[in-house]
Amino acid sequence: MNAKQNNTIAQTMKEAMYKLWSFPGGITLAGNKSQSNKETISTAKTPKQLIIPLSQHIGQPAEAVVKVGDKVLKGQLLAQANGAISAPIHASGSGIVSAIEEHAVPHPSGLVALCIIIDTDDYQQWFDCQPLLSDADTAEHSIHNLTHEQITTQIAQAGIVGLGGALFPSAAKLHTAEQKQTDTLIINAAECEPYITCDDVLMRRRPEEVILGILLIKKVVGAKKCLIGIEDNKPEAYQALLAAISGYKLPHTEPQIEIIPVPARYPAGGEKQLIQVLTGKQVPSRGLPMDIGIICHNVTTAAAVYQAVYRGEPLISRIVTVTGGAVKHPQNIEVLIGTPIREVLDQVGVAYNKIEKVIMGGPMMGFSLPSIDVPVTKASNCLLISEQGELATPPPAMPCIRCARCSDSCPMSLLPQQMYWYAKARDLEKANAYNVFDCIECGCCSYACPSNIPLVQYFRYAKNEINNEQKERNKANIARERHEFRLERLEKAKQAKAEAARLRKEKLAKKKALDAKKAQQESDATASDTDKKDTNDSADLIQEAIARAKVKKAQQQAQKKNTDNLTADQQRQIDEANERRSIE
Amino acid sequence: MFLAQSSPFLKPGLSVAKMMRAVILLMIPGIVTAIYVFGYGILVNIILSIIFALSFETSILYLRNRPIKTYLSDSSALLTAIIIGVALPPLAPWWLTFIGVLFAIVIAKQLYGGLGYNTFNPAMVAYAILLISFPAQMTTYWQTPTMLLSQVDGATLSLLESINFQLFGQLPANVSIDSLTSASPLGIVRTAISSGAATIAEIDAQGNAFGMLGGIGTEWVNMAFLVGGLVMLRKGLISWHIPVSLLATLGFLSLLFGSFELDSNPSPLFHLFSGATMLGAFFIATDPVTASTTPKGRIFYGAGIGALIYIIRTWGGYPDAIAFSVLIMNMCAPLLDYYTQPRVYGHGLDDHQEQ
Repeated sequence: MNAKQNNTIAQTMKEAMYKLWSFPGGITLAGNKSQSNKETISTAKTPKQLIIPLSQHIGQPAEAVVKVGDKVLKGQLLAQANGAISAPIHASGSGIVSAIEEHAVPHPSGLVALCIIIDTDDYQQWFDCQPLLSDADTAEHSIHNLTHEQITTQIAQAGIVGLGGALFPSAAKLHTAEQKQTDTLIINAAECEPYITCDDVLMRRRPEEVILGILLIKKVVGAKKCLIGIEDNKPEAYQALLAAISGYKLPHTEPQIEIIPVPARYPAGGEKQLIQVLTGKQVPSRGLPMDIGIICHNVTTAAAVYQAVYRGEPLISRIVTVTGGAVKHPQNIEVLIGTPIREVLDQVGVAYNKIEKVIMGGPMMGFSLPSIDVPVTKASNCLLISEQGELATPPPAMPCIRCARCSDSCPMSLLPQQMYWYAKARDLEKANAYNVFDCIECGCCSYACPSNIPLVQYFRYAKNEINNEQKERNKANIARERHEFRLERLEKAKQAKAEAARLRKEKLAKKKALDAKKAQQESDATASDTDKKDTNDSADLIQEAIARAKVKKAQQQAQKKNTDNLTADQQRQIDEANERRSIE
Repeated sequence: MFLAQSSPFLKPGLSVAKMMRAVILLMIPGIVTAIYVFGYGILVNIILSIIFALSFETSILYLRNRPIKTYLSDSSALLTAIIIGVALPPLAPWWLTFIGVLFAIVIAKQLYGGLGYNTFNPAMVAYAILLISFPAQMTTYWQTPTMLLSQVDGATLSLLESINFQLFGQLPANVSIDSLTSASPLGIVRTAISSGAATIAEIDAQGNAFGMLGGIGTEWVNMAFLVGGLVMLRKGLISWHIPVSLLATLGFLSLLFGSFELDSNPSPLFHLFSGATMLGAFFIATDPVTASTTPKGRIFYGAGIGALIYIIRTWGGYPDAIAFSVLIMNMCAPLLDYYTQPRVYGHGLDDHQEQ
């Protein structure tokens, strides 16, 4: 496609008749997308070793179902979902499970996490895939014949999570959407961060997969309206999607899919911002889009849904944009989940001596990696390998001069200058009152700050601290409640004891009085008999008490035995449960 | 190991120093015009003020154990110095500038914590202190706007003569201070109206106060600062809220009262193009550190200054009122910020989303 054609398409995109709203603030950034979005999608080689983290999603980490030494096939289940919000993990290559151990994962501080490590073989034999449909099935009939359960089960089993960055298990999201009467499906194809082009090339090269995936999601959600929001700097992708849609004529009764170009302004691809631009509605603070009848899915997630339903393939690979000044041929490459980043870079070709920073994600919201010996995960949409001087290394921060460039650029209408002030002073209550939890950490404020204050970092810190405090408070509350309960119990026991003692005394006194009466009534000669009886009575009471104490002791011992003779396994379970409790 | 850093990794290369320098650059048209209108005294003021300000800033930074080079190069002291220099009477003696800068830099700025921590606009603190402490010097050393290039019977000073007078108090042999100076147009109007000596029409007939738009001489200076200010707006150095609301309020009030009593109220144009209106609206009231920061707050802040300027000029004890108005609104800024917080995305939706 030549430049002239592109311009006309861009023009049509701009003129597309659809009422749009806008969001406040935001910044205009140089796209830097043309370096990587020209080529077709290449395929990364299967590495010698795959390192597959068990936690690649929001929620509980998956639970391993394979053992060290097991032979696994490509696509085979390695770990199953653990709880309602979790996702399974699959083998991205065939081979032998050589270890299940802690390994460095992509994290700014080089964190380790439990990973399943597979030594791959040369055969790369697939597990038995069970697609629900085949490419031969035409969309309108075949999808219609599937039930919601069939599709969501397939999505859940394929381990699909939100690939736009949220990593929320898609099946769980769809399940809630079904219950919540969601009427609008928004497909996020904005891809507003500079450098990243994986969504762009996916739409250009595999538009049919995207559209079929969207049709499947639409079917599950039962949406009355389906909007694809795409930034107007992607004319080729827009065109490709249009062509693909016209290929799948939907029945007239079905709501059509509308592709809506939105002005390229960062962060137009933020979920909340895209919803605002497309519908004019705002997601309630601390709420979900579903609260206003909207569900958002990323365009890459839609493609993964297609893979799962039409090919039966679980999510074992993803398209990664490898770009930046130190990359010889910036491109998009389909990489198996678990492939070490070093091997991807080796294949793409990187001038290692020129590398300054390795960033996973985009330059606005991504994070820098201390090492490249970590695996590609479901979250890795982009590897930005920058050279000296390409990205800014900000000079030391100057004092805030309250110029309000931060608040002018905030898409959430927050006041970063105030939140910064309070976060710095550790006045967390105030930071919270200024709605620091509504911050989406898009980085506009840090970008706009002439004093080079790392504002977003301050806000992350404030949020963390507030969360920790809340946790501590909850813990303290539980401890206090327990303590109060114990005091109450002790007090009750004490009262019961006192009551018993009082009753005993009364009984004794009554008896004594009775005896005294008797004694008076009877003659002096029988006095010695009465005395004997009296001592007998008190001896009985003592005997009784001793017997009670014995029974109690025996009971306690019996209880103790219950926890004494535990198997190691049981002990571990108890420990884990205790740990969980303390975390919660 | 690669370089670790927190996002975002993009930076447009903006800095406080660059912003300050851009503001200074855009003050130049106004300064040049002021020198042209009021003589070389302004230039001497500015140079003296800069020398004093940088020395004070350096010494206090040294005493406070702060990195001198980093903070000195932020150019904020330079900007404060230039504003003081251009605001002082053109024939101000050196010690007036010295005391003013001392209060601005040492007390109003550094003792409050330095850049970003001062509650009051340092230049305006200086001006207010001087106006209260040395009313005679602050009001009588205003040189008659003679226009340098059209020297009328020698009633203006050359650069050397100006330096000689301001530093050593020596005037050329045949020149007296009275022959050099005159009341400012705002002062003339105020005195005449408040004493009932003349109506607006009569002042106009005398021809010593009203120019084409505003006050004689000052109208050109105002025009030049307006041009610089508009460029600042266009370049996004300042937001429109403060200058627009300030000028609109001042214009509206003078129009409102002027339409009731034409005889004793000069026109809105006179208010807008006299004294330090434009300098104040674009370069002083917009000082980010001491102004309100929310969009609504900035509008109230500007409007408050505009209203106070009108009130003090018309009914107060001083011919011009930028300094007092700005200082009073400085006090209100935190309150304004607190009560004008914008509605955050996703908050208070009930009445909003029904639309």
